[in-house]
Amino acid sequence: MSKVVEGLYYAQSHEWLKVEGNIGIIGVSDFAQAQLGSIVFVDLPEVGIQVTKEVEFGAVESVKAASDLLSPISGVVIENNQAVIDDPELINKDAFANWLIKVEIANPSEIDQLLSAADYRSISK
Amino acid sequence: MFKYFPHTENDLFAMKAKIGIRNTADLFRDIPENVAFRRDYDIPSAMSEIELRKHLEALAAENKTPIVFSGMGAYDHYNPAIIAQLVNREEFLTAYTPYQPEVAQGTLQYIFEFQSMVAMLSGMEVANASMYDGATATAEAMFMGLAIAKRNKFLVSATVSPFVLDVIKTYAHFRGVEIVMVPMKDGVIDRDELLALIGDDIAGLIVQKPNFYGIIEDYTGIADQLHAKKAILIENNDISTLAVLKTPSDDGADIACGDCQSLGMPLAFGGPYLGYMATKKAYARKLPGRIVGQSFDKNGKRAYVLTLQAREQHIRREKANSNICSNQSLMALYATIYLALMGPDGLKEVNEMAYSGAHYLYDELLKTGKFFVAFEQPFLKEFVVKTSLPPDLIRHALDEAGMFAAVVIDETASGMQMLLNFAVTEKRTKKEIDCLVAVLGGLSC
Amino acid sequence: MLNYDRLVFEQSVKGRKGYSLLNNTYPSKYQMADLGAKLRLKTVPLPELSELDVVRHYTLLSQKNFGVETGFYPLGSCTMKYNPKINEELAALPGFTRIHPLQYPSSIQGTLKIYRYLSEMLSEIVGMDAFTLNPFAGAHGELTGLMIMKQYHLNRQDFKRTKVIVPDAAHGTNPASSAVAGMDIIEIPSTASGLVDIEQLKAVLNDDVAGMMLTNPNTLGIFDRNICEICRLVHEAGGLMYYDGANLNALLGQARPGDMGFDIVHVNLHKTFSTPHGGGGPGSGPVGVKKKLAHLLPGPQVKETDGFCYIETSAESIGRVSGFFGNTLVWIRAYAYILTLGKENIKQVGELATINANYVKESLKDDYLLPIEGPCMHECVFDGLLDKSTNVTTLDIAKRLLDFGYHAPTIYFPLLFHQSIMIEPTETESKQTLDDFIAVMKTVAKEAKEHPDIVKEAPHATLVSRIDEVYAAKKMILTYQDLLEENAKINEVK
Repeated sequence: MSKVVEGLYYAQSHEWLKVEGNIGIIGVSDFAQAQLGSIVFVDLPEVGIQVTKEVEFGAVESVKAASDLLSPISGVVIENNQAVIDDPELINKDAFANWLIKVEIANPSEIDQLLSAADYRSISK
Repeated sequence: MFKYFPHTENDLFAMKAKIGIRNTADLFRDIPENVAFRRDYDIPSAMSEIELRKHLEALAAENKTPIVFSGMGAYDHYNPAIIAQLVNREEFLTAYTPYQPEVAQGTLQYIFEFQSMVAMLSGMEVANASMYDGATATAEAMFMGLAIAKRNKFLVSATVSPFVLDVIKTYAHFRGVEIVMVPMKDGVIDRDELLALIGDDIAGLIVQKPNFYGIIEDYTGIADQLHAKKAILIENNDISTLAVLKTPSDDGADIACGDCQSLGMPLAFGGPYLGYMATKKAYARKLPGRIVGQSFDKNGKRAYVLTLQAREQHIRREKANSNICSNQSLMALYATIYLALMGPDGLKEVNEMAYSGAHYLYDELLKTGKFFVAFEQPFLKEFVVKTSLPPDLIRHALDEAGMFAAVVIDETASGMQMLLNFAVTEKRTKKEIDCLVAVLGGLSC
Repeated sequence: MLNYDRLVFEQSVKGRKGYSLLNNTYPSKYQMADLGAKLRLKTVPLPELSELDVVRHYTLLSQKNFGVETGFYPLGSCTMKYNPKINEELAALPGFTRIHPLQYPSSIQGTLKIYRYLSEMLSEIVGMDAFTLNPFAGAHGELTGLMIMKQYHLNRQDFKRTKVIVPDAAHGTNPASSAVAGMDIIEIPSTASGLVDIEQLKAVLNDDVAGMMLTNPNTLGIFDRNICEICRLVHEAGGLMYYDGANLNALLGQARPGDMGFDIVHVNLHKTFSTPHGGGGPGSGPVGVKKKLAHLLPGPQVKETDGFCYIETSAESIGRVSGFFGNTLVWIRAYAYILTLGKENIKQVGELATINANYVKESLKDDYLLPIEGPCMHECVFDGLLDKSTNVTTLDIAKRLLDFGYHAPTIYFPLLFHQSIMIEPTETESKQTLDDFIAVMKTVAKEAKEHPDIVKEAPHATLVSRIDEVYAAKKMILTYQDLLEENAKINEVK
């Protein structure tokens, strides 16, 4: 049974979003990391890149699978997590502590279209 | 029974009983009656090994095997005897892609060695397990360049081989990539035209060294001009020459690619040859095809395994950068054995012999007064000259003499002069060259 | 030298030499050193070895490999049949190996004739009108065929046809080739038994569809009985039908893709026509087309008038997809193979391959989960063990088979099942070989129940045990240079 953290927003494509003011912190869910297995590579956008809701912004790779990352929200990247780029297996260790990118949220109304923890729990079994 | 089918009547009887059918037609009941094939194929009757040998020997005898004095992407270098002996060992020859690494360490290790040797020759950091040939390797390098630069327009030097260029154009046409040719001047890329063409929408530039005319172009500074616009440089090389020439890495190239036929592979009418591709480590995940990496087994024993597979078509499907699956693995073994045998000195000597022979032939041709300088540029083993002799006359005379050379590669607009290609390898002798020059020098219109 | 574990670089000793060349008798004024700054600064760090060093090194490496002659190689979808020796010898005739690809046609009639003869025989066998032998491999054939498909629509000014329908059960190369050819993919879900879902197909057929790619028998080894209906529907919608020849072996003597309604076919000579796989190539992927597409075939093309073969590329050709004429020595082998079988024997290939696959299927269904009942064709697919209570996976079974001296079947493909085991015995394997294999498969199933750890820890008898793939992907030690650097790092830590 994978972990789902309360208070975060979730996308059908298994990314989570934590909202802190106008900043959105994005990561992949515990369910997604478990499905992938040992993650060996993370491809993240550089600072300043525009990401769009439900559009690919990067990818995570395990030995036998690759999964595109779809942004749960639109905005501009203000930070990417170098620690995860250097050691992708951190995501396997804790998918919620090890975020991927931070964005400046462009359109807060998009947040409402995401899933709650309870809703996400029901689709990630 | 037929020699490749081991099934006796008794076997078939027992097998059908196990399957629970009386008639094998029951197994094909899903094939609609209107498309079931009920006749013999209209092809020849079975041949015994004796007949087959006679038939193919007769066909082989219809081919003339001349002394080869041309190149243009296919070079008559020497193929040491041990290569054919070793690559024909069934464990190498009949295996499939090394998906079960525990029983494929032989294949995996030679690919690792091949990747290492390509990296050494090109000066690049990583190489893949092989591409089909130099032309497709260059087209795939272009696709890799698109993925790196995230732009859709490529510059190609007019001095790139037309055989390679045609493949680049075909691939680009269907993928919707715009190709812009950079004109040449005196047999080399026109630097002024190039500089004017390098813009913010260019993904990269493809050049060749030695170029199609055999000229060793100087690409100093081009990579910097491209990198300043976030574009990349792709350099196509005949890999054998990289044992002595400045490497694509020295030239600042981002991707090195080309053909390895010159490393121990027979001419064989154009195939199988071997494409290679090498790049910087930062771009390793953009490489097409198989890549082998070193690892350890669970007892800590050094072992090799296919790696970075998440790039490939069987995982990425339509999102893969390339569709390549089977490549030219056994040809990579040819190249690896060849390089192990020749070593650093052997490959250098091969190039030195070719240099001496080619320059001797060049001077001797000019001395005849029937061939003229086309370009005042440095070359290694291949060059072009001009002549006013009719091509059919040259062709016929060489054919009679058992030689193949002087392929026409360019007929100028005036129609009076044309470019002829010559190449000399370490297999050629001074005597053979003298003979060639005597034939050509004796011709008159 | 049982535990020989060196890289060729580690066998190198400075000053050794494995080659001999002619004496340089050219005038001494011709010195490569005159190229000056054009030359590389450092010598290439290639190894230095004697001839025997090299021969022994690669002989020892070969002994770490498993080939079709080493043992049974039931790798599904790969058609690992016997690769006849005579074909090797004939393809190596100097008349074939010593000709330059740009020689004049009058001097290469033998090879050009083989190009023509083989093209004609392949046309007859798959029911097409014209062939190119230039594509280098199956995936390259797919790409070539899709380019032809796209150009056909472009030439008709039908610019909106940019989509290719690919069933979800297809080989990964199908969608990848479509993308490389600049086409979009419409993936349609298959029925529970892996067949084309006609309703799903109808739902996506539109005037933007360029065509459909299909493998038949499909990746489950099942012939799609609706094939004529599928072809009719796609044709009515204005699309072309592409036949992925990966599974053609099953159809030899039984049916022809051209008769079913396919317009474009690629053939894997290294599967159906017995040319060796070479550890992953060189293969050969000739492409056949119906008459209306023949002018689009790639160049260079080999043509014939009154028995004389010549090289000419039609103006409408899609262009070159290869430097020259593809893997010539590979297609010469396939030509020899077809002549050896002749019309009397080639028609039996599909039948014998199918009997072998069904025999294995029936013999193993009490131990392995057979997800789809009914006859299969040249290959059968199981969904792991019947009894999965000990959590022994398909990967474990594959590794355990290696201990018994068998190559593993294809595993985890098709993707339709979680624990796919795909077995393709081919027609060249005898009942005895199959019986021995079946017995071993049953032994492994029994072990999985009684001593699951033996299976989960397998292989035990191979030269290396299971390899750490995560380490390989993370460390990216891809060359000898990387390896030296990594060793230096490790020593530093020590």
